[in-house]
Amino acid sequence: MEIKEIQQEIVEEFSMFDDWMQRYEYMIELGKSLPLIDEKYKTDDNIIKGCQSKVWVHAELENDKLVFTADSDAIITKGIIAILIRAFSDQKPQNIIEADTEFIDEIGLKEHLSPNRANGLVSMIKQLKLYAVAYQTQLN
Amino acid sequence: MLDVQKIRKDFPILKREVNGKLLVYLDNAATSQTPKQVMDAIVDYYSNYNANIHRGVHTLSQEATDKYEAARHKIQNHFNAAESHEIIFTSGTTHSINLVANGFSTLLEKGDELLVSAMEHHSNIVPWQMLAERTGAILKVIPMNLEGELLMDKYDDLLSDKTRLVFCNHISNALGTINPIEEIIQKAHGVGAAVLIDGAQAAPHIKVDVQKLDIDFYTVSAHKMCGPTGVGMLYGKEEWLNKLPPYQGGGEMIAEVTFEKTTYAELPHKFEAGTPNICGGIAFGAALDYMNSIGFEAIAAYEHELLEYATQKLLDIDGLKIYGTAKNKTSVISFNIEGIHPYDIGTILDKLGIAVRTGHHCAQPIMDFYGIPGTVRASFCFYNTKKEVDALVAGVKRAVNMLL
Repeated sequence: MEIKEIQQEIVEEFSMFDDWMQRYEYMIELGKSLPLIDEKYKTDDNIIKGCQSKVWVHAELENDKLVFTADSDAIITKGIIAILIRAFSDQKPQNIIEADTEFIDEIGLKEHLSPNRANGLVSMIKQLKLYAVAYQTQLN
Repeated sequence: MLDVQKIRKDFPILKREVNGKLLVYLDNAATSQTPKQVMDAIVDYYSNYNANIHRGVHTLSQEATDKYEAARHKIQNHFNAAESHEIIFTSGTTHSINLVANGFSTLLEKGDELLVSAMEHHSNIVPWQMLAERTGAILKVIPMNLEGELLMDKYDDLLSDKTRLVFCNHISNALGTINPIEEIIQKAHGVGAAVLIDGAQAAPHIKVDVQKLDIDFYTVSAHKMCGPTGVGMLYGKEEWLNKLPPYQGGGEMIAEVTFEKTTYAELPHKFEAGTPNICGGIAFGAALDYMNSIGFEAIAAYEHELLEYATQKLLDIDGLKIYGTAKNKTSVISFNIEGIHPYDIGTILDKLGIAVRTGHHCAQPIMDFYGIPGTVRASFCFYNTKKEVDALVAGVKRAVNMLL
């Protein structure tokens, strides 16, 4: 599936929830089921700066697609990463670079997009895109 | 006893809703809310006598100068400074500390020693590290115990004739510990060292007498005591302020300027380069008036009651651990729940309209000491109620149910 389609799917899933409680409970569930990063990649080098909780991201090229794995020590953050990874992982780097992130707003997680240093969603998206740029350069 | 319901009417923000719930504001150690008396002072300034001070001959300038200097006198009286020119207006505690740290660059030699407590805010660590780098002075740390109390016998061991400066907060922002500053100061003076006390967290709770405590430097931020952001003060003993060179150059701080040589103005203007935060200074004075009208004894008694109540209620929650259990502490509770990241709890509490701080509270060495990434911190002010404590406790329980 293309990034846009996956994002639409996520938006539809979240639209079923009536209130923030259900949205957050779902996010926490997603966080718990996040495919974990290999322990060997949980290094300081792989920590995303700018998050109050620790976030590790690892990217690997499989065929011509970029696969992300990640982890965090905070469960809500893990939920956010799970959503991002679902949208961006296993995609061609160029598509990741070009993808927009408006769906975050649409699923009612806009507060996580604030430049407040307490949450690192903005840094996370930036990091995923940076990986994509790096691997795209490599492919070229 | 203070009338909390009457007091709450002075704070318009306490009526607002956050995420559909009535705001429960428990982040007072980060910044306190502003009563309408202080807002009135700000509106009055801009409505009636906004002008630059100390220079103009016109009426508005004179009125603004009078009110600004009257605020300085209020601050002098409040902290019982001997002279009004020992009160330097700054942008806040961070600015105050940097001013002193910068000044000591010229007074230190390689190998001189600086003592810092283990429970400092970054703003009372980093400027001194920078000073140590510039001068070759050595920074040494006064350790603390697990309760969050300084080890005074270790402090005795660290003090020597090489000690030039000791800096310590009056109250820890992350743990709430009230430090024994009287003893710290006496002992430092015994070896001829100066002491800077970071009073950012203490001034909102305790009335401090700088002469009685024989304090060399004391720093305060107005926004933590019902005033606006961007203004604060440095108290310095006259003899010390005279020894320190100016911090910033500019207008206001000069006596005479030629291209060959500039002579500096007398205290306090020597340290007040440029147009100051005039309205902020006046509002700072209004904030002190407001707090004194309630009374610091009544404030301390009430906040202590809130602290005891909240501590007891929170400890009933399974797996909850409080960091900072000093015998002598103020209304700050830092806590974690086993197996849950503080950020997660803070996020859920926000959804319930409850504002707390999460993270390392700009005191990473404390978090490293306990081996934790951070804490949830609830800090109470005299306008908080037991009902709000109950809301916090219920909120934490709800968060735990969702997160575990």
